[in-house]
Amino acid sequence: MKRKISKRLIIQIISALLFNANFRGFAEGRIYTGKLKTLCVPGLNCYSCPGALGSCPIGSLQAVLSGRKHNFSFYVIGVLIFFGVVLGRLICAFLCLFGLVQDLLYKIPVPKLKIPKKADKLLRWLKYLVLLVLVIALPTFVSNQFGIGEPWFCKWLCPAGTLEGGLPLLAGSENLQQAAGGLFAWKLAVLIVIVLASMFVYRPFCKYLCPLGAFYGLFSRVSIFRMKVDKEKCTLCGACEKRCKMGVEIRKNINSAECIRCGECIGSCPTGAISRCIGGFEKNEGEKNDGRTSC
Amino acid sequence: MKKVDLMRTGLLLLAAVFVVLGVMRGETAVVLQKAVNICLECIGIG
Repeated sequence: MKRKISKRLIIQIISALLFNANFRGFAEGRIYTGKLKTLCVPGLNCYSCPGALGSCPIGSLQAVLSGRKHNFSFYVIGVLIFFGVVLGRLICAFLCLFGLVQDLLYKIPVPKLKIPKKADKLLRWLKYLVLLVLVIALPTFVSNQFGIGEPWFCKWLCPAGTLEGGLPLLAGSENLQQAAGGLFAWKLAVLIVIVLASMFVYRPFCKYLCPLGAFYGLFSRVSIFRMKVDKEKCTLCGACEKRCKMGVEIRKNINSAECIRCGECIGSCPTGAISRCIGGFEKNEGEKNDGRTSC
Repeated sequence: MKKVDLMRTGLLLLAAVFVVLGVMRGETAVVLQKAVNICLECIGIG
């Protein structure tokens, strides 16, 4: 049976290649060192990935906070607010390399697990805790005798760093292989757990642990890219909520912080009640929203 | 102008001000410095 490749998958692959276009780096086992790295990419993309042309915003935030000079990063927070307001969690669905990795893993035909609603709801708060504690508080307030802190999230939790940076760099360097010890074993174990979980549960890292998704989720209600349910057309059949792999209560709160704007629900609606909104404009019809709907 | 449009505009302005302030304070140099060297913590070495 022939499977159609979705437009979203194509955009995910193109963006992953664009943000990691230093292909020579993979062959040479070296990272890109040009000035482009001053700029943050929108998704979780380790700057120690040999292909990376830009900087990971979460890594950059910790780099500034853990340094001696600043206790707040206007630059990175400004960039994150900009991405959050313009694209919001659309970034998770279309522009995040680690999101793409999880999407591909979920395509592996193994039985899929549904996390009980209560546990799922509780676990979703973890990513905010990760953002507050590992990304902001510990790098800002815990430092050594020289006043320099550590990127706690990158060091102890981030699976993207291990997958995109650690594995390719270690594969090409005997020195790094010899230096790898307990911390690498821990990070590899975290990566393996997340990779395995991603086969059974849709995007477990995005749902429960990603601090970047947590930050962008804060802008879901105001971001330029949003979703809309036409309540006059909606028959409350629930087909959209059955299709939504992120577990969004679409009829109740379509623009929830958990919605990654993947658009799966649009195709599932038998009455065409769901559409995308760009600013105040409905994408499907190209007409200005008249204010009667939630767009 | 709707409340949400106002909020969006305000946040975009805030983002622009933050980015300019960050660049003026030299934060981009910190980001670049970190990004052009292999981050040993990120890859699980140190």
